[in-house]
Amino acid sequence: MEDNHMEENEQKLEKEVAPALIAVHPNQLSVTVSIGSDLRVFNLHDGSGAKLLDENGGHKDSIRAIRYSKSGRFFVSAGDDKLVKFWDTNSWHCFCSVVSEKRVTSLAISNDEMFVCFADKFGMVYVVDIRDYNYENQGSVNKKAVPILSHYCSIITRLEFSPDGKYIVTADRDFKIRVTVFPKEPVNGAHEIQSFCLGHTEFVSCIAFVSSQDCAQGLLVSGSGDSTVRLWDYASDTLLDTCDVGAKAGLLNSNQGQEEMVPAVTDLCAASDGSLVAVAIQSLPGIMLLSCNLSARTLSIAKVVAVKGETFIPTSIGASFSIPLLWMVMGASSLHNTDSTLLARVRVISGFGSNQSEPVSHETSVLEDTEIPGGEPLLQELQGKLSIGEEAFSTAAEAVKTAMRNLLIKKNYSAERREVRKKGRNDKKNQSPA
Amino acid sequence: MLEHESISNPTHSKTTGLPRKRFYRARAHSNPLSDSHFPVPISPSQFDLTLHYPHYFPSPDKSDGSKKIEFADIGCGFGGLLISLSTLFPDKLMIGMELRDKVTEYVKERVLALRTSNPGQYENVSVVRTNSMKYIPNYFEKGQLTKMFFLFPDPHFKEKNHRRRVISPHLLDEYAYVLRVGGIIYTITDVEELGEWMTSCLDGHPLFEAVSEDELVADPVVKLLSTATEEGQKVERNDGQTFRAVYRRIGSCVPH
Repeated sequence: MEDNHMEENEQKLEKEVAPALIAVHPNQLSVTVSIGSDLRVFNLHDGSGAKLLDENGGHKDSIRAIRYSKSGRFFVSAGDDKLVKFWDTNSWHCFCSVVSEKRVTSLAISNDEMFVCFADKFGMVYVVDIRDYNYENQGSVNKKAVPILSHYCSIITRLEFSPDGKYIVTADRDFKIRVTVFPKEPVNGAHEIQSFCLGHTEFVSCIAFVSSQDCAQGLLVSGSGDSTVRLWDYASDTLLDTCDVGAKAGLLNSNQGQEEMVPAVTDLCAASDGSLVAVAIQSLPGIMLLSCNLSARTLSIAKVVAVKGETFIPTSIGASFSIPLLWMVMGASSLHNTDSTLLARVRVISGFGSNQSEPVSHETSVLEDTEIPGGEPLLQELQGKLSIGEEAFSTAAEAVKTAMRNLLIKKNYSAERREVRKKGRNDKKNQSPA
Repeated sequence: MLEHESISNPTHSKTTGLPRKRFYRARAHSNPLSDSHFPVPISPSQFDLTLHYPHYFPSPDKSDGSKKIEFADIGCGFGGLLISLSTLFPDKLMIGMELRDKVTEYVKERVLALRTSNPGQYENVSVVRTNSMKYIPNYFEKGQLTKMFFLFPDPHFKEKNHRRRVISPHLLDEYAYVLRVGGIIYTITDVEELGEWMTSCLDGHPLFEAVSEDELVADPVVKLLSTATEEGQKVERNDGQTFRAVYRRIGSCVPH
């Protein structure tokens, strides 16, 4: 009896609440938020919301990854509906829809904008070649995805291209980070593994490159369910530094009860000048800033930036390349079937890195709603509503935390439960055919 | 002393001290997709060799850092190949990787018994229970191995189960990573379709090239592929055919 009840609960949670995501155009010409199957775009260059045009009616299920290309010319979104959609950022017309065999977990765009790679829940990474897309005529194109590499039966949580474009880095739920050479013709596969960055003791949730003009090759930072952020010389799989962010944020509860659930790192964003890394952590209402020294190859905890006046736990963070602002969003796709608009909350922190003209100050401050670029019209468009009630968020934060844990942490069944689960197997010879 | 041992340890033979196979029987198939709970080293530097090769690594601090495992038998079964290789290459460290618990135990006991009855020998061979399809990079550094063995792997006949095969285009990326340039991968099967599959995967992979017939004839290891293991001996007894694919790891020549 009890076992059945537990099974049901697990299934409900496994409906997998998806976190809201945010992406910023490299020159901050627009900001995009995705929540559930909704894509919301605000054009900062003309101060209005953008209307997305798609003959197929947009995404049909939760969006799991969004990205702008390096120049900002196009935008890619993908998710649980097994579709990877390409959008022209001038017209916001969807010019290509690629079908994935399984649900998509993450995506990355090569720096030369010729290839888009995406990963699925079974550890497969695919490439789509979009070299021949004609930006002038903007017709729709038909493309197929080709598999290039795989993490055997592991969920790939993130993928990224190295700053010099030589490598593609993939992180998975089995604590591994793989650095693979990205060949000139990736459709033949990416077979040459450069290194494995091994050291995390739990699932790797996010990765980002930190680079600057002086250090073009850059270093890799990774965040994990083990509550640490690590710095790597990725080409030689050398662990350079480890930051115990969960402990430092004062989030580790000594009176947790039976299970010591350390807060997982949920997202990372490096400032474009290579000086700072922003870290979003489960249960942390705000952002932790790490200061990175590329020449000394060190990473250390600088400070925690708390958002006052509301419990704001970001589910996704992002920044443009040219303007030192960190954009953050908090929200989740709804657990229950309601008709109401899905709500998200957007906040911005200034002082994230430096402008070319201004010196590096590290004076960060959380901007008020009226101070952010785009102001209230942007918030109206991206949030769904101008002012959001507190209650809406406490459930969202908990739901996203549980969903991540269920997806990425290996279930530890007791011996009795394992026996019960084995009985449900359908490959036994003596079971009567259906 | 042996009598006393046999009372408390019926699973081992009284005379030879070797473990008796019938106490270690297990199903031939194990699901490589399931997340079994066995300890896996976080990285190769964390792989504790003192447990496996006490003769070479008496204690963590007094280790001969230059000696590394060079041969890996993937899906080593009851250890037939490893035992033969151990005396053929007494200076090389080798390890078997096996998913099945009971079978791993058998090999462990066998090695320990052989070390006892042949002092100074069999110190270079050991076994570890693990899923080599998921965790090979956790055990071996880049270019560490000089030989990898895949003897009579599970054919996974159904097309939907082909992805469970231990030799596949994507897994070969990882095997190429742990194999040194010039290192050799040895595969053998009695299932023709699987033999064709493995050959085609290796042929299609840019980092492997076929080893010539002349070299195969000269290599003392090649003969062991069909004779050293239980499975191989069974095939010979039944006059079955075997299909070999032996390839060398080559350097990359892909432009990037």
